[in-house]
Amino acid sequence: MGKITVIMLLISLALAVFLSPFASQSPDGLEKVAEDKGFIEKGEGKEVLQSPLPDYSIRWIKNEQISTSVAGFIGTLFVFVVSYVLAIFLKKWNTRS
Amino acid sequence: MHIPDGFLDAKTWITLNVVSAGVLGYAIRNVSKKIGEKHIPLIGVMSAFIFACQMLNFPVAGGTSGHFMGGALSAILLGPFAGLLVMSTVLIVQCLIFQDGGLTALGANIFNMGIIGTIFSYWFYVLIRKIFGQKSFVVSVFIVSWFAIVVSASFCALELAISGTVPLKVALPAMAGVHSLIGIGEGIITVLTLSFINKIRPDLMDIEKI
Repeated sequence: MGKITVIMLLISLALAVFLSPFASQSPDGLEKVAEDKGFIEKGEGKEVLQSPLPDYSIRWIKNEQISTSVAGFIGTLFVFVVSYVLAIFLKKWNTRS
Repeated sequence: MHIPDGFLDAKTWITLNVVSAGVLGYAIRNVSKKIGEKHIPLIGVMSAFIFACQMLNFPVAGGTSGHFMGGALSAILLGPFAGLLVMSTVLIVQCLIFQDGGLTALGANIFNMGIIGTIFSYWFYVLIRKIFGQKSFVVSVFIVSWFAIVVSASFCALELAISGTVPLKVALPAMAGVHSLIGIGEGIITVLTLSFINKIRPDLMDIEKI
């Protein structure tokens, strides 16, 4: 890993850990439109899948901000590893064929 | 802009899952043919950065928030197909692990934020650099990022209308309107990030676009 990778990863982790607990709680663009135009209830209770960390929270951490912070750390690191390993795999696939 | 389960009807979400799977498959083949050693860590770290930034909702007018999308950022730096790979990784993890975006709507979300977000951004960026010239980096990046999120939101509105969830004449101005504000944040973050990379590793800006 080069210097830029380490720097960018550290910036990403810092953003996820230190800023995500202070992110705006207001509905996002689509949610707000759905509320205003009266179709938000179409999505309520329709989840096909139960995700392990719904809404970027960890159930057993009571403090909401710490919960978001930890979920952000896990998510950022996980996405990094998945994406990196996938890229290595695609490179290997290329040299074999 | 992550569509949850229930907002789209079956014909719409099934079609978009098929289309997105096809385009993503094509993108993956292209990435595997052209990927070099330098791309690997950059793909990893771009995914992580976009995931983290997508958690950071910032307030826009009228009790609404918005967050960074990253389609333009990943496409301008890595190219449309590698950019789509990055966006799809983020969207799939968000859906499966964090319940952000529905499983049935995953194809729609990959279509709007991934395919439109990266392929549109890339070609629009190439075009706009031709028109404005090479000195227009900041302005070009800002314009492309702004349009990317507004166009993505417009496709989202179109899908909601096709599903019969909300009429197009209601959804389109509402979605495009709020995302034209969020687009200012998108533009600023994309410009800052690419300028930062350009400052510490200018060679990475010229990495082969996939």
